Order: sequence, then structure tokens, then C-alpha cells
Amino acid sequence: MAHAHDDRTTETAEQSGLVTGERLAFVDRYPSAARITRLCFGVSFSALLVGAILGIVQALHRTNVFRGVIESNDYYSVLTGHGVLLALFFTIFFLSGTFTWGTARSLGRDLPSPRFSLAWFGLQLGGAVAVSAAIFGGFVGEIPFEADVLYTFYAPLQAHPLFYAGLAAWLVGTWLAGFDWIRSYLHWRGDNPGERVPLQTFMVLTTMLMWYISTLGVAVEVLVFLLPLSLGLIDAVDPLLTRTLFWYFGHPVVYFWLMPAYFAWYTILPKLAGGRLFSDPLARIVFVLFLILSTPVGFHHQYADPGIAEGFKFVAMTNTMFLLLPSFLTAFTVVASMEYGARQRGGSGYFAWMKSLPWANPAFAGMALAGLMFAAGGFSGIVNAGMNINSLVHNTLWVPGHFHLTVGTASALTMMALSYWLYPQITGKRLQLYGLAQVQPYVWFIGMALMSNAMHRAGLAGVPRRTAEPQYDQFSFEAVLGSIPEMRLQIAVGGTLLTLGAGLFVAVMLATWFADRGRGRLRVDSHFPEPVSGPEDAPRVLDNFKLWAAVAVVLVVIAYGFPVFSMVADGPFDPAVPPVPVGVVDTALGGVLG
Amino acid sequence: MHVHRFERVWLVAALSMIVLFVGTVTFGAVVAGYGMVDAEGGQVDPTDPTTSESFREPGVYNGSEAGHYDVYVETRRFAFVPGTTEPIRVPANSTVTFHVASADVLHGFEVVGTNINTMAIPGQKAVVTAEFDKAREHGIVCNEYCGEGHHDMAGTLEVIPQSEFNASAEVQ
Repeated sequence: MAHAHDDRTTETAEQSGLVTGERLAFVDRYPSAARITRLCFGVSFSALLVGAILGIVQALHRTNVFRGVIESNDYYSVLTGHGVLLALFFTIFFLSGTFTWGTARSLGRDLPSPRFSLAWFGLQLGGAVAVSAAIFGGFVGEIPFEADVLYTFYAPLQAHPLFYAGLAAWLVGTWLAGFDWIRSYLHWRGDNPGERVPLQTFMVLTTMLMWYISTLGVAVEVLVFLLPLSLGLIDAVDPLLTRTLFWYFGHPVVYFWLMPAYFAWYTILPKLAGGRLFSDPLARIVFVLFLILSTPVGFHHQYADPGIAEGFKFVAMTNTMFLLLPSFLTAFTVVASMEYGARQRGGSGYFAWMKSLPWANPAFAGMALAGLMFAAGGFSGIVNAGMNINSLVHNTLWVPGHFHLTVGTASALTMMALSYWLYPQITGKRLQLYGLAQVQPYVWFIGMALMSNAMHRAGLAGVPRRTAEPQYDQFSFEAVLGSIPEMRLQIAVGGTLLTLGAGLFVAVMLATWFADRGRGRLRVDSHFPEPVSGPEDAPRVLDNFKLWAAVAVVLVVIAYGFPVFSMVADGPFDPAVPPVPVGVVDTALGGVLG
Repeated sequence: MHVHRFERVWLVAALSMIVLFVGTVTFGAVVAGYGMVDAEGGQVDPTDPTTSESFREPGVYNGSEAGHYDVYVETRRFAFVPGTTEPIRVPANSTVTFHVASADVLHGFEVVGTNINTMAIPGQKAVVTAEFDKAREHGIVCNEYCGEGHHDMAGTLEVIPQSEFNASAEVQ
């Protein structure tokens, strides 16, 4: 088409080229981006499989159904592995892959430098392997690694330095990945001045800006305090300060889990439902709101902390409640887009249109069920966010009940569903074991419904989270609703179904991985229909990333400036609390209980 | 910018709900007088709170007025002092202020079946006040992971009838 003789021919040639291009699988158009996405997914799914196996061990151990796998004092290494592998590595490697795909697809260009992309992937992987070695070394007496500090690693509990060093390396890997996507965008911007930022790239960039702002907290926590402490370079830290730095990061990370799901719900789910996105401008507003409101809310994880004035908690709560807004807006857009699709497919009636949705398509079913559970998780989250009612549920089983609906379903099930649609495009292979894939979202949904409802109710009865044996000699819990044995049974059965669901998913992915190319046409393509209301309806100011990043920073300074200043003012290492290395429990137990 | 009518209705409804939620919490704090754990407890020695002026030997003390009691609880791996080896005992129809401080790592202090639920962070003193109107026994659990014996860290709080509460023996 480079030899066209006049403008008109060029245009026609390009259009037809585009049509052919859309029919080509992503892997053929952008081989480098497809490779990085595949590598990220490979790590992500491996982490999911291991994390899910640890999950069933916990579910059966806690509920006292089966305690033959581990001793209770090893439960916390299992729990650390479950949290870190699933909440950090499964989710964020998946995000790295999806965002690599989304920027390449929506900007229409392959990676600027495949070697650089491979470098950030390698750094993330190296970090993840180091962290995992530190955690699983705890099971083997001969290996001097111990890291059963859970995924929140609150000081003064102290893990092996490898744990913190690995976390730092992995974090830098995520920063470089973001740099890669920003660079792609800038190249595109150079070629396309004045054009609206494509929606998927817009979502990637707002999410990454949020990530840069929020990970600063955990980077300072790890590099200035915890890593030096574990290496013996400093001899004490202020646990309130390090905990505050953790939660400065710890709440935005929640949105780092959710944003890939939102990304899929906005840009892919409407098409799968047979329709198109309801509103592009609203999608942009939602992501801007997440950018500016995600970080100044971390104190809502510290409602029960001494040493933080009530006023700061109130500011965080108000921000948190307003953070409900983008999720409420998302609920509207997602349901409206699905209804639009259903009516395009011939659906009618107030509710009967739902029957016209493609429930047998695993990519659709997974995302739709995930969205449904997210609504339930949102409401239990409102209870957590209310700073006075929070006292009833703080650190009880209610809390993991809540986040297994959000990160454990809204994010995780959407990611699995997205894989059913995306994985064939980045491999050029038709999805295998399709029947298993069709069943899998329902297995997950039922498992989570059982486990999560019981965890919420157990939390209301006061049963604590993060405990190997929530059965005490001194007293027993009184259920508010149902009975404790019934809740235990639901948790055990639900947890088993969830591990089965993760296993089914990994089986489908493995079978597809090993399949040959060309065994039947791909069932999917990545062409997206235009939204009902397109970007031309969105004010241009929405694309002003510098403005929104500045607003986000100002809100962070308002929410965190004074409280962090007051924690640091008495000396950044005071009150000086000496470290308590994990894994030396026997002497401590003997001393106190002996 | 074009916003569909349904979207506008939804937006207003969502915003109203958010304002309502913030309103209920504000009502709880200002009118109903629900006091959060906050910074009023000040700092204490992070490895031996009893040496600090704002802390005392663990135990039950008479409060500033009749019917009020102060309970000083030290949390350490893996016990509440008092609470684990001997129960905390307070009379019914009393107002009790718990002063909780940790001597090693983070712990939780949750009195099961009540809204007493606070973190114990080394170097900080948590202060939380509650009213007990009925005689009954409550469990106390540590609900923050504190090490490999965490699941053994529990205790009891006995709210006993006033007639059976022997102040001279129980109160320090």
C-alpha cells in the first residue's frame, strides 16, 4: 500500500489493511507485546495455582475439618504464601500482561523496546521468586529463611532480608513496566497530536499514575526501615509509622487489583454481551476519580489504631465514602451495557432480558458473575468503611469474607474470564477444554457464595481472622445468624470448590498452552464496537493527566501531611521498637505459657 | 458533556447515599457519643509499658468517679496480662476504661460480643471505654497476627453481679 498513487487509493488500502489486521490474531500483529503478555500470564497463573492450593489447606485447617497437612505454627507461612502469591503476584503479573496487551492494541503499535520489556518482566519475576523462597523456606528447618509475617509484614515482626529485597526488586519492576506503557503512549502522541487518548490506554495511564503515587509509601517503608532493620543496619523502628506507610500503599493496591477488572468490564464485557459500551466519558471520569481518591484513604485500615487522632480517621472515611461513587457509576454502566447487548440479541422485559445474555460463554459468564459478587462485596465494604460500625468487624473473619468478594472474585474471576477471551489471541491457539471453561465460573461463584457468606457471619460473631485455630478453651463464639458448625462446614466446602475452580482454570490454560496452532479458528477477536456515547462527548480536560496527578498529590498531602509529620516529628525511629524475628517462637512460647 | 438522564438520576441517588452514610457516622460520633480509639492515650515505653507515667501495673483500678473502673492490660506474645492466666473481673452496671499497651509486637484486643476492638501497637497506649450493664462472661481474643503462637492468645472478661464484686480484693 506504500505504492499508492493518490490519496484516495491510500485511504482505501489502509482501510482494507485494517480490516485484514483485525482478523489477524493479536499475536501476529504485535508479536513482542504478545510474548510479554504470555510470560506475565504464565507467572500469574502459576501463582494462582500454588496460592489456591494453600487456600484449601487453610480452609480445612481453620475449620478443623482436616489438620493433617501442617502444624498450626506453620499455618502462618501458608497464610503468608496465600496472601503474597494471590494478592500481589497473581493479580499484578496479570495486570502487567493485560496492560501490555491493552496499550499495544489500543495505540496500534508494538512494544518500543522488547529488550526493555523483557528486563522489567525479569526483574518482577526475580523479585517474586526471592519473596517466595523466603516464605517457603520457612517450612524447611535446614534453610535459614523465615518470612511468616503475612502479606502486611507489620514491624516489629521481622522476616529474612531476602523477603524485603525481593519485594523491592519486584516493585521496581512494576515501575519500569509503567514506564514502558507511558513511553508507548508518548510515541503515539508524537504521531497523533490532538487525538483523544484511546480508552484502554487512558485506563492504563491513570492506573499507573495512581500506582506511582501510592507505592512511594511501601518503597520508603521497605527501603528506609524494614530492609535495613532486617540487615541489622538499624536496631529499631516505629511500628505505627511503618504500618501507616504500609496502608498508604495498602489501600491503593486494592484498586490496582480492581482496575484490570474495570478495564475488562468497560472495554470488553459490553462486546461479549453482544452490545457496546454505554458511555466512554463516564468511563474516563471513573478512572480519574480512582486516581485522585484511592490514596488519601489508607487510615480507614487504621480506625482501631491508637496514636492517630479521630479527625484524620474521619477525613479518610469521607474520602472512602466518596470513593464509592466511581464504583456506583461502574455498576450503572456495566449493567446498562449488558442490557443494551441483551436487547440487541432480542431480549425484552424488565428483567427477562437477562436470559438473552450469553451465559454459556465462559468469558462473559465469569465477568458478569464477578460483577454481581462485587456488588455484594461493595456493600460489606461500606460496613468496613463506617468508622464506628467497623469496631464490630475489625480484624474478624468478616474482613477476609469481604475481600474474597472483591479481590477474590471481582478481580480474580474477571481475570480468569478475561483469559478465556484473551489467551487465544496472544497465542493464536483456540481455547481447549471448552466445556470445563464453561463450568468453571459457576464453580467459583458457588464456592465463593458458600465461603464468603459464612465468613461474614462468623465475623459478626467475633471470630478473628488470621488464626490457625479459632477455637478457644476459655469461651465459645455465639452466632448471630446460623450456627458456628454450619459456618465452618460452608467455609470448608466453599474453599474446596474454589480450589477446584482455580484448578479447572489452570487446566484449561495448560491445555491451550500445549495445543497446536491452527486447530480450528479462534472464537474471538479484539475488535471493539464504538461506544453509544463516544470520547467526543467527554470534556478534553479529562485527558489532562498532569492536572489529575497534581490533584491527587494535593489530596494526599491534606490527608497524610500532618499525621505523618507528627509521627516523624519525635524522630523517624521513635518510639524505638526492637525487631522480633519470626521463627524463634519456641523460646517465647515457653517463656510466657510454659 | 452529554449525560444520559438515567445516569444523572443514578448519580444523584449514589451521592445522596454517600452523604447519608457519612451523616450516620457523624451522628454516631457527635450525638450518640461513640468514642473512637485515637491519640489521647499518648505514648508508652515500647518494651515495658509499666515504667511509663501514663501506664500502671496491669490490673483493675477505681476510676475517677463511683461505678467507673480503669483496667490496664499489657499484651505480650502470647498472653493478655491480666486476662489469660487470670480473668479480668469487673462489676455489672459499670463504666470501664481499658488502657491497652503492647510489650513486643502488634496485637489485637477484642472483647467478643462487644464493640471493644482495638489494636495494641508497641509504643502507643490504646484507650477505649465501654459500659457493662449485665453480668456475663466474655472471651478476649488477639485478632492481629503476632507470631506462631498467635492462636493461643486469648483470655476472659468476667462481668460479675455487683453484690459479688469484692472491691477491696479485686481493685488494686
